[in-house]
Amino acid sequence: MQDIQFFFYDLLQFLVNGLSQGSIYALVALGYTMVYGIIKLINFAHGEFYMIGAFIGLYVCEYFLKINLSPTTALLLGLPVAMIGSGVVAVIVEKLVYRPIRGHGRISALITALGASLFFQYLGQGTVGAEPKAFPTLISGDGIEFFDGNVFISNIQMIIMAITVSLMIFLWWLVNKTRIGKAMRATSFNKNAAELMGINTDRIISFTFFLGASLAGAAGVLVGMYYNTAEPMMGLIPGLKAFIAAVLGGIGIIPGAFLGGITLGIAENLVVGFWISTYRDAVAFAILIIILLVKPAGLLGKNVKEKV
Amino acid sequence: MNIEYFSHLMIMSGIFIILAVSLNLINGICGELSLGHAGFWAIGAYVGGSYGVFYALPLPNFLNLAISCGLGFVAASLAGLIIGVPCLRLRGDYLAIATLGFGEIIRIIIMNMDVVGGPRGLTGIPKWSNLPLIYFFVVITIIFMANLVRGTHGRAIISIREDEIAADCMGIYTFKYKTLAFVLGAGFAGIAGALYAHYQEFISPNSFSFMWSVIILIMVILGGLGSITGSIVGAVILTILPELLRFMGETISEWRMLIYSVLLIVLMLLRPSGIFGKKEFNVLALFSKKEAQ
Repeated sequence: MQDIQFFFYDLLQFLVNGLSQGSIYALVALGYTMVYGIIKLINFAHGEFYMIGAFIGLYVCEYFLKINLSPTTALLLGLPVAMIGSGVVAVIVEKLVYRPIRGHGRISALITALGASLFFQYLGQGTVGAEPKAFPTLISGDGIEFFDGNVFISNIQMIIMAITVSLMIFLWWLVNKTRIGKAMRATSFNKNAAELMGINTDRIISFTFFLGASLAGAAGVLVGMYYNTAEPMMGLIPGLKAFIAAVLGGIGIIPGAFLGGITLGIAENLVVGFWISTYRDAVAFAILIIILLVKPAGLLGKNVKEKV
Repeated sequence: MNIEYFSHLMIMSGIFIILAVSLNLINGICGELSLGHAGFWAIGAYVGGSYGVFYALPLPNFLNLAISCGLGFVAASLAGLIIGVPCLRLRGDYLAIATLGFGEIIRIIIMNMDVVGGPRGLTGIPKWSNLPLIYFFVVITIIFMANLVRGTHGRAIISIREDEIAADCMGIYTFKYKTLAFVLGAGFAGIAGALYAHYQEFISPNSFSFMWSVIILIMVILGGLGSITGSIVGAVILTILPELLRFMGETISEWRMLIYSVLLIVLMLLRPSGIFGKKEFNVLALFSKKEAQ
């Protein structure tokens, strides 16, 4: 009986950890999904926008703390700055690199995206150095205990989930209820037809990059807060995992990215908790391969037949 | 420049020529983007290295090296088969991510294997490779690839690159030929791995990270996707370039990967076909043309 009780506590704890980690994956996965939905490009550099967001957040929050703002204000001001910063970087990358390559075929686009990703990783290593930087403490490590302290939810985890959910609601509103959202949906449905209807598709694509990268930037700040560090290579593995989350939910489908991210986060934490921790990164790739074999369109996707 | 340093560069060029030519079979000739080549390289290196450390037979060095390379080839191509059969059902960009995933999984599995040293690496591998032996394998690889491309199987593989659906309609069993290209490419990477292990005498999982898959890919793209000659030239350039950068000062060699990434983007933007495009440089054809004149 006691065993079952402790198993239950462990399970709950892993679920909580999985939810907060899954929220991060979901935020990053949204950018992948939106960009893929609109120009069918796997934006390898997306993980780097997350890293850039974390670094902007780090330096901006450090500055705000230095001029004696309270940690909460620093976070509330630093988060939007980081989001806009990584969004602007993404728009520049799109204009300089992805736009000229559009129409050269998907393999060329993929290789270019890979190049952009490497560029930011090694630019980061060259400028701020390869060793991890300490992220300023903005939120104390306290939290709420349940079941006599057997299950613990920290404040940071709660803030991560709250910010993720509010950004999701904002995104849902933007895509479904506004003019620009309607244009985005039209462009992703059929780019040429949208252009004929008078939509400036180039601007919509730039906006999509901005939106996706700013969500990734927010995720970067949250992760920086959670682990208290930021480093130039931090984007690589989470970027890949977020892509897996996007594929898991059905790439191109916005609710799918959310579902995929949460599922991946929970699955990873359960495997790490109950089985072997060193296989953390292998879990995600195993999930990817299984989903690609069983249901390549993803959990929420529909199969599309290839036409000549 | 002393002779030892020069022969080191030659040997590394040789190993990278095998890797680039084998990746060219998958990426350039078959047109399926694979990003997990370092994983197959690692399998070859670890299988070949383990043979050298644990099971070495009392044979002359070159025979032992041949056995080691054979084992590396078999192991890596088996891994290629296991990975290729499910993954090759996927198209283009999904395949790239799936192979990337497998490359990382291979590294994580090796990292968790205590028999071969785990993250500490495998030490004490006998030094069996030397310059002539490595170039013997380089020549075998190039001849094999050149003949493959000219033969029936090669034509079928090229037709998949040009248009998979059309090839299917012409009665080519595309799945079989894609798997063939993938397995052979993986196998030759395994040979390169065994040669590398017996040259370096020490291998660790970190020597086969994702970065190396990318560098081998850049070699192939620089030379020209689909050109064997191009892959050879690309491999030699990118092996020697970092050493030249080193002569120009420490700061530049630290920015090596940054230079590579810019090179990759600029190549894709300005000359996506690389140095050679899909053309081959053929000495014999040059002579026969002169005779015809």
